[in-house]
Amino acid sequence: MIESSEPTRFMSDLVETLALPVRELHLVFFGGAHNTSYVIIAAALLGVAAGLVGCFALLRKQSLMSDALSHATMPGLVSAFLIADAIGGSAKSIVVLLLGAAVSGVLGVLGVHWIVRNSRLREDAAIGIVLSVFFGAGIVLLNYATKHASTPAAGLNHFIYGQTAAMTRPDAITMLAITLVAVVACVALMKELTLVCFNDAFASVSGWPVRRIDLSLMGLIVLVTVAGLQAVGIILIVALIVIPAAAARFWTNRLPTMLAVSAGIGGLSGYCGASLSAVSPKSPAGSVIVLTAGALFVFSMLFAPARGLLPELVRRLRVKLRFAVDHALEHLALTADQSIRARPLPIGRAMRRFLHTKNLISLSDGSVQLTPNGLARGRRVARNHRLWTQYLVQYADIAPSHVDWSVDQVEHILSPELVAELEAAIAEPPTNPPPTQSGVSS
Amino acid sequence: MNPSASADATTSALVSRPEHSVDSPLAVHAMTVAYHRKPVLWDVDYDATAASLTAIVGPNGAGKSTFVKACLGLVPRATGTVEFWGQPFRAVRDRVGYMPQRESVDWDFPVSALDVVCMGRYRKVGWFRRVSRAHRMAAMSALERVGMADYASRQISQLSGGQQQRVFLARALTQEAELYFMDEPFAGVDASTERAILEVLREIRDSGRTVICVHHDLLTVAEYFDRVILLNMRVVAAGATSETLTDDNLHRTYGGRLTLLSEASEQLARSGQRQP
Repeated sequence: MIESSEPTRFMSDLVETLALPVRELHLVFFGGAHNTSYVIIAAALLGVAAGLVGCFALLRKQSLMSDALSHATMPGLVSAFLIADAIGGSAKSIVVLLLGAAVSGVLGVLGVHWIVRNSRLREDAAIGIVLSVFFGAGIVLLNYATKHASTPAAGLNHFIYGQTAAMTRPDAITMLAITLVAVVACVALMKELTLVCFNDAFASVSGWPVRRIDLSLMGLIVLVTVAGLQAVGIILIVALIVIPAAAARFWTNRLPTMLAVSAGIGGLSGYCGASLSAVSPKSPAGSVIVLTAGALFVFSMLFAPARGLLPELVRRLRVKLRFAVDHALEHLALTADQSIRARPLPIGRAMRRFLHTKNLISLSDGSVQLTPNGLARGRRVARNHRLWTQYLVQYADIAPSHVDWSVDQVEHILSPELVAELEAAIAEPPTNPPPTQSGVSS
Repeated sequence: MNPSASADATTSALVSRPEHSVDSPLAVHAMTVAYHRKPVLWDVDYDATAASLTAIVGPNGAGKSTFVKACLGLVPRATGTVEFWGQPFRAVRDRVGYMPQRESVDWDFPVSALDVVCMGRYRKVGWFRRVSRAHRMAAMSALERVGMADYASRQISQLSGGQQQRVFLARALTQEAELYFMDEPFAGVDASTERAILEVLREIRDSGRTVICVHHDLLTVAEYFDRVILLNMRVVAAGATSETLTDDNLHRTYGGRLTLLSEASEQLARSGQRQP
């Protein structure tokens, strides 16, 4: 990699500024090894790139393919090492190693496609086969390299589980450069990738080269995977592609937001993981990065407002509460209008207090009175109840005794438009005119 | 039927047949389509009439969707040719619109109704560029035409089946095509959506353009469509609805006369496999 001194200095300044907090932390504990800053920034950007690419991989249902790909890089990585060692090159040059990894990773993906095309096996089976066979071959080669290569092959181990502490500055810069390319390509191809992910047949008919766009997505996954091999490792890199995207989906229903959130989660994971492992170099960075992402995923799944479990639960409980309030008011309104002697109210003390705080009833010396608001709402529900019952009996031929459950659900959710339609529908048929009740507001 | 024989048949058909008029929006000659060596369409010939509303009708598994997909190059043809206004599909792509089956996409996708409709304009927007205001306005007016303007910013999973179908129709409209293929546009929609879609289709036809729909409801064919293709692995009959939709033709389409054809298909599919 050739760089003029100007951008290099700019880069290093940028890196230093960005990593200031961590450098401080690091200096406090260890007294600064400078290249950790690079590694941390590179890991964060890797997270961003993986987050972006992962969104499209997830939406194209290709997440597992990235697992096959990462495992398939192993034999290429070791082969590149062996070849470079044999011809006397620098066997640990990161560019050479990653090139080898990319080549065999792509071969692995092609293998999956070949199996799917030429057999009746589905993609999951093909991925399982390719993943394990390639990884096995990689392990065998690694054994051979450890015993026979003239360069010590010990460092290759780090590629399996990931080890940021062992990364040098050129390693980090290579990683930075690759991830930058991935980020830029991802942003540039956003529209095209979205279209193919959503509806490839339509894309193809309207003239987009779907295969080529799919290939570029695969290329992006290759870039991210290969860039992340050293930091996160072959086994765990898939997590960095899948988890941020999956977590981001809980936060939003809009793709641009999803991309941003996913990039943020990925970046944060990369940053935290690499920082933590810089502070305690023995901790495996890959696992820490992935665990951070995992924690963010769990948090998102539980608490994200758009699609998280708890907000969903709260929404459902709210609806339940609304139904309960409706029922109580309906009962009270019916009793009030028909001036029947109230049967024991099916309303608990908590509900009474709740209605009171919402200014729907007034409590005077133990008797319950509807406020005008409460009365209007109670009458509305009662009227909806009548309308819907009438409609079901008249149009759906359901016996009056059978409609209770559905009416109890539907009476709360009828919109004014639907109520108007119901009124029209019920008013229309000449047979059996419904008993209209005037003076009830809707 | 062996491959060379069918190839010969194709050639002779092409030679003996007079040149198709360039007015015909779609001309299919001797098209055979096979999935995993199992033919699903045999030697299909068809000439579409311009400015018509045409239904493709036939039983399940008759190859209706396959017919559309093969015309559009979405599934490979074993033999045969398809021409649009006398030209191959590649040359006239921009004049052909497509509305796929609703079930063919994941409606939980994180895009809004307007986003989906904008996809109809992507080709005009071009590589790498963002969707411009003008394209967005075009998408918006297409949504208005199908009565969905109020739902433009809704996420698509929050739409009802009928509304999703309307969004797909709006996307097809923004393609501003002269020939439309629609795969079951009336499938699973409510009565008011059915009316709204039909109205739009008639507008398209009345403006001199052509619509070819896969249709599943025999009861409405005569009312909705002016031309019909009765399909069951081959074209049983095609023409004006009033003349073509006869009891006899329907019986030939839906009845059991073609069992030999499907049996032969099965045998072809098995022919490459080892017999037990």
